[in-house]
Amino acid sequence: MFSLTPPQLFGSKKDGVKQAEIQGLLKYGWHTEAMVLTAIRGELVVIPVEWSWLTLSRVLFSRQEVMKWNGWGYSDSRFLFNKKGQAEFTGRRYRLSGMVLPSLKDWFESTFGASLQHKSPATATLNASAVPFPSLNEAFLQDLKSTGIPFSHEAEDRVFRAHGHCLHEIFALREGKFGRVPDLVVWPNCHEDVVKTVDLACRHNVCLIPYGGGTSVSSALECPPDETRCIVSLDTSQMSRILWIDEKNLTAHVEAGIVGQDLERLLNESGYCTGHEPDSMEFSSLGGWVATRASGMKKNVYGNIEDLVVHIKMVCPRGVVEKSCQGPRVSIGPDIHHFIMGSEGTLGVVTEVTIKIRPMPEYQKYGSVVFPNFEQGVACLREVAKQRCAPASIRLMDNAQFQFGHALKPQVSSIFTSFLDGLKKFYITKFKGFDPHHLCVATLLFEGDRERVLQHEKQVYDIAAKFGGLAAGEDNGQRGYMLTFVIAYLRDLGMDYYVIGESFETSVPWDRVLDLCRNVKERIVRECRERGVQFPPLATCRVTQTYDAGACVYFYFAFNYRGLADPVNIYGRVEHAAREEILANGGSLSHHHGVGKLRKHWMPESISDVGIGMLKSVKEYVDPDNIFGSRNLL
Amino acid sequence: MASNTLYSPRDPALKKRDDFEDILEERRSSSDLRYALRCYVPVVYKGIAPCKPGVLKTAVLQSDRLRHVVAEMSKETGESADVIREEASGILEEMAHRLRLGTVRFFAYSLSKAFKALFQRVRVNEDGIQRLQQSIQEHPVVLLPSHRSYMDFLIMSYILYTYDLSLPVIAAGMDFLGMKIVGEMLRMSGAFFIRRSFGGDKLYWAVFSEYVKTMLRNGYAPIEFFLEGTRSRTCKSLTPKLGLLNIVMEPFFKGEVFDVSLVPISISYERVLEEALYARELLGVPKPKESTSGLLKARKILSEDYGSIHVYFGHPVSLRSLAQGRINRSQYNLLPRHIPRRPSQETQAFVNETAYRLVRLQEENMVLRPWVLVAALLLQNPDGVDMERLVEQTSWLRGLAVSFGAFLDWPDYVSASKAVASSLALHTGLVRTEGGRAQLAMEPKEPGSPEEDLFDRAASVLSCASYRNQILHVFLRPALLGMAMQMAEASRKDDIYSCFSFLRDVFSNEFILCPGGTVQDFDEACYMLTKCAAVHVQKQEVVATEKGQRILSFLTSLFQPFLKGYQVGPAPFLELVDYPRELTCYEALSSDVQKNALAALLRMKVVRKLKV
Repeated sequence: MFSLTPPQLFGSKKDGVKQAEIQGLLKYGWHTEAMVLTAIRGELVVIPVEWSWLTLSRVLFSRQEVMKWNGWGYSDSRFLFNKKGQAEFTGRRYRLSGMVLPSLKDWFESTFGASLQHKSPATATLNASAVPFPSLNEAFLQDLKSTGIPFSHEAEDRVFRAHGHCLHEIFALREGKFGRVPDLVVWPNCHEDVVKTVDLACRHNVCLIPYGGGTSVSSALECPPDETRCIVSLDTSQMSRILWIDEKNLTAHVEAGIVGQDLERLLNESGYCTGHEPDSMEFSSLGGWVATRASGMKKNVYGNIEDLVVHIKMVCPRGVVEKSCQGPRVSIGPDIHHFIMGSEGTLGVVTEVTIKIRPMPEYQKYGSVVFPNFEQGVACLREVAKQRCAPASIRLMDNAQFQFGHALKPQVSSIFTSFLDGLKKFYITKFKGFDPHHLCVATLLFEGDRERVLQHEKQVYDIAAKFGGLAAGEDNGQRGYMLTFVIAYLRDLGMDYYVIGESFETSVPWDRVLDLCRNVKERIVRECRERGVQFPPLATCRVTQTYDAGACVYFYFAFNYRGLADPVNIYGRVEHAAREEILANGGSLSHHHGVGKLRKHWMPESISDVGIGMLKSVKEYVDPDNIFGSRNLL
Repeated sequence: MASNTLYSPRDPALKKRDDFEDILEERRSSSDLRYALRCYVPVVYKGIAPCKPGVLKTAVLQSDRLRHVVAEMSKETGESADVIREEASGILEEMAHRLRLGTVRFFAYSLSKAFKALFQRVRVNEDGIQRLQQSIQEHPVVLLPSHRSYMDFLIMSYILYTYDLSLPVIAAGMDFLGMKIVGEMLRMSGAFFIRRSFGGDKLYWAVFSEYVKTMLRNGYAPIEFFLEGTRSRTCKSLTPKLGLLNIVMEPFFKGEVFDVSLVPISISYERVLEEALYARELLGVPKPKESTSGLLKARKILSEDYGSIHVYFGHPVSLRSLAQGRINRSQYNLLPRHIPRRPSQETQAFVNETAYRLVRLQEENMVLRPWVLVAALLLQNPDGVDMERLVEQTSWLRGLAVSFGAFLDWPDYVSASKAVASSLALHTGLVRTEGGRAQLAMEPKEPGSPEEDLFDRAASVLSCASYRNQILHVFLRPALLGMAMQMAEASRKDDIYSCFSFLRDVFSNEFILCPGGTVQDFDEACYMLTKCAAVHVQKQEVVATEKGQRILSFLTSLFQPFLKGYQVGPAPFLELVDYPRELTCYEALSSDVQKNALAALLRMKVVRKLKV
């Protein structure tokens, strides 16, 4: 359509061009002048700005270059069963990458009743012709062009931003089915771009759905099917700069589109970190964390997002909302940050955030403790919380999850290691009398200066010993955390073999943790049976965070759906029942995943009608025309 | 697996029921001693090893609930917490069971001997046993037998022992502890003892409820208690008491257990051991105090034939399924669970309704002998009836009862004349057959004072009535409709409904009529009577058919004694002097009827209680 001036090669990442240098360039206004600096297939290039909003934008801003369009994570990383029937994890990005996992197949087949003979492969490529044709608001488009903000209405770009990672979303993609998808994707480059975009959206009555990392598991990114206006996905990925670091106050001012792993890496270069590590941190964005009230694995040291944030700038239809100072704590009425945090894209777009930073920890140590049963483990975690000596992270897996973790053990390299493993197992099960079908494992992560860590470690192990816990080594601990990052990849493997599943979470007072875990697992099993699932499901849980007054509990739930006509529907009903059980047992609607559209059904009973009214009145003032029309939350 | 279908009001006659096996048969052919000493390894709840009674007591005394109540009472009364705790420990000591296998084996041996002497057969539905076994492994189980006799809980434990099921812990009245040795032996076979009334005693309530809940929560053993609260002296079910049912439901409401299986059990006796005693009790002779010597004196009953016992284990009812959509469990989220609080109105209504449903389930699976039909007919013919006519009527009544869903133990190959004859033979004390006529035995053997004669006559009428009562639940709803039609004196459906509703209200202390179920009961009654072509139900009208006259007049006269009893109220005695042959009025002498009538009048605010 258009002839392009050949892009001027600026230098590639591989050539060692430092992010900071590029940032410097950007800061000096490259992108607002004649040229735009961006990346094509990992290469950094500069192109004339007048082209950027046209056909080029598709290549320019496509994450799908490195990520799967119908599954989790990087395209090069996936589990598969090789010709020998052994499980393998491909790629080179993770500790498990390139390894063979000899016990996974047996675990997989015996847990789910699945078989490698029965495959349910996904549609290989995205069929653009099956994607609904975009309904564009021409006036809006015309004005947008004049701002120079890049956009695209290519099917691939739109599909990629039409979903999060709920089971039903991924399942539909694998089948090549597309519902309502955004009509347009825009890539604002800075706060001002967002102000312009929102302004235009208001002027032309266009629906905006902010898009950060796309890791939502609450249907928050789903487009309302009955939305008749043009839906624009506002992708914040280009706003990913650290604008300044304040070493005196230990804060950093960061654009909200930055992805977790980039933020940590860039801060690490200056010797700092935020310490905020949600399980999705490889892909999720700072703005997304703020908008969903995210929680990080190491919150015991660094705090959750609400503890980390010092200042937020958000663009709303009514204008820009922010505080006028960076005081560490204020008493100036209800905290407006709490309207923003958890607003899930219904009020505006978070563009810039000032976040606390910490010097990088000197020393890190993993650890693990085996308990004779889950009850003892929970009692130990409760005691640790009571004494307020929780390590950076402490998590307790139930027996099923412990076995799951074991199935992910890579092939042992020497006879000696396998002998040692055997010895360990003998010691725990025979000598100490732990029942392998009841024992469970807590994984630990300590951080700080070396001496303190060692001292802290001793304190925690001493408490554990009072509850019958035995130290079980660093390796088990580390493997536990690794599971977190690969579990989402494992779901894709399951879906290749008729197994579907998902995780969900809650928070609950200490005295109800055990009852809630037992009842929810049992409810899942019962619901599956009653709904005709032919094989017993996997229903397992772990306690992932401890607080003074309670804990966060995380469930994994999966089943083999062979023989079911509408597995996703059944899956949804079982998950719905499980959530009802959680609420009936004193659990919360969500600890950190958010409400989205998946759970908004329970909002009135969760926060009372008056509470709903409060939120509604804020929405009505801030966004009277429902420009941010994702319809999450309310 | 527990089912959530309680009963279907539509077509009760189609209800499918299990077959019975006689468990005494094997006892008659093999060694009782070996049976008592055999290896006994019951299945348990989710593989949990039952803890020792001592551990259980400690758990109760150290529970949050009890600690909370002790601290509160100490604050209120100024008494030191230690003293109160000591008191609690004393209560628990008095209450708790001490299950010992040795004692169980002793009972297994001696009961085998006793049962073989007393009964022809003890018949059990084995399918029900299998369902129970399944339930015990899945969820905590609550056994809810009907209560007609002291034998009930002995029989229950005996059957569970026979089938290698966990022995239940049984809530028993404190009266049994009055029996030396025997009381303690019952304790060692799993009974725990509760005071009959402890209204305001907070500590007692806390110890008691925590004790029961602790056993339920950790699946220690099935918990057994009688919904009716006490033995029914009249052989018709008593309206349920809710205290214990509330307690066993609470752990589910509070999420402490996933579910609770409620198992209704119907124990039907061909002849109740306490038959003669009951009639006297109803006429005002006080209940003999439970005592060991009394028990030994009662040995003479061993020489009599008490026919068969049928024990029907109903389908376990899942409390979770019942509560689905009725109880919002999150109402318990905002208060620590050990702090006691009054159940909400919706909860109370739910517990009440469930209790009624469970008693109805017990009623439905009560096995009825042909004699019950004969007794009902004899009571309607005080002057006696020709054998031929009696056989014909019994046969007719059989058809009607079966079509209304009665669980009749009357195999097809037994002819009506045979069934009537053998019924009369087993109950010679109550009927006289002379010259081809059968008549209630009313005339005293040796004439005494008029009062004594009257007493004897009333006693035999009440004994006979206790058999007829067994079948009332089958006819209750259609009969109420029949009576309502008579009362309304018009065929407008609305009028009949309001009469029906009134009668139902009046009799709700007398029969098992769940509050709030009027519409459903009315529909059920219409359906049943339409089915046997006794009435035509149209949009606006309910009309009796030609053929229906016989059915309707039978039904109304079946319930006549109660109507009469409620009408005459406090003055039946006078009437009896004038009309000594008016049979229905003898029943008005029953203290049970009087008590219920008074309760109904109080409830309906017709009379008021004044403290004297």
